Amino acid sequence: MPVTLETFPLALRDWLCAFLPQEFHWLLSGLLVIIAILTVFGLGFAFITVAERKFLGRFQNRIGPNRVGPFGLLQPFADAVKALTKEDIVPATADKLPHFLAPCVIVSGALLCFAVLPYGRHLVPADLDAGLLYFFAAGAFTELAVFMAGWSSHNKFSLLAGIRALAQLVSYELPLLLATLPAVMAARSLNLQTIVGSQSPAAGLKAGFLPNWHLFSPWGAAGFLIFLIAAIAESNRSPFDLPEGESEIIAGHLTEYSGFKYALFFMGEYFGLIALSGFCATLFLGGWQAPYAALEVIPSWVWFGLKVAALIFTFIWIRATFLRLRMDQLMRFSWKFLLPLALINLGTAAFWLLTAHWQGAWWIALRWFAAAALVIAPYSILGRRLFRGLGARTYEYAPNN
Amino acid sequence: MLGSGILKGLLVTARNFVGSFHDRERLPTVQYPEERAPVGEAFRTFPFLVSDCPADADASARLAGLRGVACQICERNCPPRCIHIEKSKDKKPDAAGKPQLYPAVFEIDISVCMGCQICVEVCPFDSIKMDKVFEIAVPRRSPELLLDRDRLSKPNAYYRRIRPSEAAAVDAARAAEQAAAKARADAAAKAAAARQAAAATPPAA
Repeated sequence: MPVTLETFPLALRDWLCAFLPQEFHWLLSGLLVIIAILTVFGLGFAFITVAERKFLGRFQNRIGPNRVGPFGLLQPFADAVKALTKEDIVPATADKLPHFLAPCVIVSGALLCFAVLPYGRHLVPADLDAGLLYFFAAGAFTELAVFMAGWSSHNKFSLLAGIRALAQLVSYELPLLLATLPAVMAARSLNLQTIVGSQSPAAGLKAGFLPNWHLFSPWGAAGFLIFLIAAIAESNRSPFDLPEGESEIIAGHLTEYSGFKYALFFMGEYFGLIALSGFCATLFLGGWQAPYAALEVIPSWVWFGLKVAALIFTFIWIRATFLRLRMDQLMRFSWKFLLPLALINLGTAAFWLLTAHWQGAWWIALRWFAAAALVIAPYSILGRRLFRGLGARTYEYAPNN
Repeated sequence: MLGSGILKGLLVTARNFVGSFHDRERLPTVQYPEERAPVGEAFRTFPFLVSDCPADADASARLAGLRGVACQICERNCPPRCIHIEKSKDKKPDAAGKPQLYPAVFEIDISVCMGCQICVEVCPFDSIKMDKVFEIAVPRRSPELLLDRDRLSKPNAYYRRIRPSEAAAVDAARAAEQAAAKARADAAAKAAAARQAAAATPPAA
């Protein structure tokens, strides 16, 4: 394999492996993958925190942190020093073992998710046949850790947060999973590399000019939006940050954590966010595929990084814009709106895939129109039912506007 | 249509995000140590003593020019009792030339002072006024925050600089007062001279 930018990470691994005898290559290459993931995403976590703070500032017409280092870029390291030097307080009545394990579980669960993501054409740490299932199994650790933290802290606010996290997990895991199924149907595989391969630009462009990504089909767009909403809820971010809910339950499951354990929770949450972004890019944005064949000169892992960065920016944008939901609104939104839409979306995808052989401009236009109607009609009907009887609040002595 | 409000909200924040990079108006933040927001004319922190002396006078000249006469009105009226005054044993002439007591010790504990400005309101001599210094962080409370005569006295020019309109009014009133006092003294002197002259030349009886 010639060394190009595309294969550079593999070449680096092979070059390092050559220093050891043949019998240890499997061990060293495995360790190198782990080190690479920890380094890249550890630094990614550090700079996403500072990017989030700076972007949130800009979204709210503030400047954001700009004191530590040039443009405040060294802020995460100052934060790390601060977190490390703080006292670690464990409540006297806490259940010590789960209290200690919870931050470890949240970080390791999020790290496990990184194992199956295809980062590039040749870069996938563990190319599992059931990668998609594995991802969900590993991803569910997050909520377990939140509940462990909430239960073991022996604090009513923490416990409330734990219960909220469980309710949220049960409510949003379903739409999340159902939103991904159409992509599995299209690729006829649970393997993430195969799902990426089914969105290759070599198979032609969508509607003549759009990249061959699932996002640019009616069921893909709907699935992407459902996935995005459910992913925000899964990663406990605003507007679904009820488990943390500072204004209601202090800091939720983080109330009794301090110092580095507190930082570990944030690390786990951001790792989960990066993993879900990468997963979302894999399923709907073509993974590491370039949008057009001409753009394949840029290495595939750069494309993957760009898509993840764009998704994370979207998450920050959403966090800067929306207010936290109430618990009942959260549940209602999931069970009465997202879940039926995700189920109907399966049918839309089935229709789309069964009509793939339709030829001729009229038939293709009919295919697009029917699929779009299958997405928009339930959206509009369900949306109306969701808000029936709920209008803008009226005030007796204030004019309505 | 369901979702239009969400898009509207996203548009608002996106406008902020893009706008804050090229539109200076959108960023009201003042980055304090390098930039500072102007303080208002009525802004006040702690009291200081006005001294009738040149703007660049040294400590002894500033002390000599103090307007205070150790009347202790401010000390008695201070709600948190943070002013401490001791009267002098001797007298020295004030600006109008009249012999007056002066404060031998004048201390204000600004860690106790609450900035109420009552001392300024009650002072009949325009001697104590409110300062605008607010960067007073020190490592210890005492003696750094216990200001003595040396550190309290500031030239009138400083007062004119920090509170131009108020200082101008005070200066005008004081000048008028001094002129009136001088006129009264002149008239008295003239009357005395006339009386003396009358006494020297007894009227022809």
